[in-house]
Amino acid sequence: MDKPNEIPIYDSSNQGSLAVEELRAILNYRYLIVQLVRRDILTRYKRSSLGVAWTMLNPLGTMLILTIVFSQAFGGAQEGYAAYVLSGLIAWNFFAQSTNAATLHLVWGGSLLKKIYIPRTSFAVSATGTGLINLLLSLIPLILVMLIIQVPIRWTILLLPIPILFLAMFALGIGLLISTMAIYYADIAEMYQIFLTAWMYLSPVIWPPEILPEFYRLWITRLNPMFYLIELFRTPIIYGQVPDINLLLISAGIASFTLFAGWMFFTSKSDEFAYRV
Amino acid sequence: MMERDTVVKLENVGVRYRIVSERVATFKEYMIRRFQGKIALGDFWALRGVDLDIGKGEMLGLIGPNGAGKSTLLKLVARVMRPTKGRVWVKGVVAPLLEFGAGFHPDLTGRENIFLNGALLGFTNDEMQEKFDRIVDFAELWDFIDVPVRNYSSGMAARLGFAVATDIDPDILILDEVLSVGDESFQHKSLAKMEEFRDHGATIILVSHNMDTISDMCHRAVWLDHGQINMVGETKDVVSAYQEAQVPSED
Repeated sequence: MDKPNEIPIYDSSNQGSLAVEELRAILNYRYLIVQLVRRDILTRYKRSSLGVAWTMLNPLGTMLILTIVFSQAFGGAQEGYAAYVLSGLIAWNFFAQSTNAATLHLVWGGSLLKKIYIPRTSFAVSATGTGLINLLLSLIPLILVMLIIQVPIRWTILLLPIPILFLAMFALGIGLLISTMAIYYADIAEMYQIFLTAWMYLSPVIWPPEILPEFYRLWITRLNPMFYLIELFRTPIIYGQVPDINLLLISAGIASFTLFAGWMFFTSKSDEFAYRV
Repeated sequence: MMERDTVVKLENVGVRYRIVSERVATFKEYMIRRFQGKIALGDFWALRGVDLDIGKGEMLGLIGPNGAGKSTLLKLVARVMRPTKGRVWVKGVVAPLLEFGAGFHPDLTGRENIFLNGALLGFTNDEMQEKFDRIVDFAELWDFIDVPVRNYSSGMAARLGFAVATDIDPDILILDEVLSVGDESFQHKSLAKMEEFRDHGATIILVSHNMDTISDMCHRAVWLDHGQINMVGETKDVVSAYQEAQVPSED
């Protein structure tokens, strides 16, 4: 049956909390999210000759170059530098791609929003979903590299879903935040790209925290949310340890707060999107 | 007038766009001008003070010049926009035929696009599986269903979009000037489908510039101009009043 037994009633004056409405809507439209993610993955696969393999090759290639260039400089401070840098790249790429895609989808796909009702957060959520699929695929070359350079793989790797979840929450929150601003100002998307690049260099993606002088280490690591999230990501897989409870709590806090703030901000403004000519 | 259930109600509805007097497209520009005190906002009311009741099973025609606010009114009913003022009340499942294949992605095959479009309209995987055969039958595209849509002719794409959009059982159907697309046989098919919906008791809101279509199909008509309702009533009355007004007066 197409129709539910109860006839839906829409009353524009009777809106409860927009944030809750949106949450309900997104859950109702979960099949749409699946389809949008599928669309992203399929079109990427169809367009390139390497297809899905490119997802894995890209960070692998970067890692190779960085390892060759920097393993002397950083290798001393960090054992298994290749695995270190690859894991950092994978986590970072997930964040960067999801947030960028969320913004681009909303700005370019916005015309769809003006024609048919779909939950406004669909684009950001599906962008994060696509990012997750790519992230999971990239774990394969990471495991391979770890085996090759003999970084031990421990049972703690099974704890990986937790840091991945926090990374996803954080990415979704930021994605919602940036895409809301991008609707109003065309140059936000560009500015964000530049900001992202700077942010990456300020995060322990390529370099290990130990190489920083004590003073900078404090500022750059303590105030940078990605520091905690990337550390949490590396801990079970590269270091083979159970994450420290403090790290876990801080990361959970960052992820939850960012998602909440992003969701609230986005839903408070999303009614206006259709007005943006 | 006979008793009927109201399915759409617009109460004192207004839609206001805020137009920035100078084109400020970037954040940098905005901050600079804000600083200089040059930001002035003007108001543009796409709809203002609109009151309208639509009953179940009614076929309502919406006519008026370009920019009158017809599309905006449809968007309000389709939940795409929320009104700036007033209240929009809609009872039932709304299906917009605002544009065929609006959600089509050219790299995906017809099959993949059917499922994507179905998801956009709010259907689940199971529901789409069930509808798939019917849709392809109606569109007569069995030979091409696994070909990327970028290779379809515009007629094929229109047929597919129409088939996906109309394989539904909505309570309220919204048509924004889409019936005039396509060749003769396609137009026949679309009109037949509209009549089928009407016979099933669906409520239909139709926007068209084609007075013949409106006169043939609609019970009532609304004449919208500059965001306000000029006239509501029996189709023939409204249509003739509208057509008379088109004749330039002698000054």
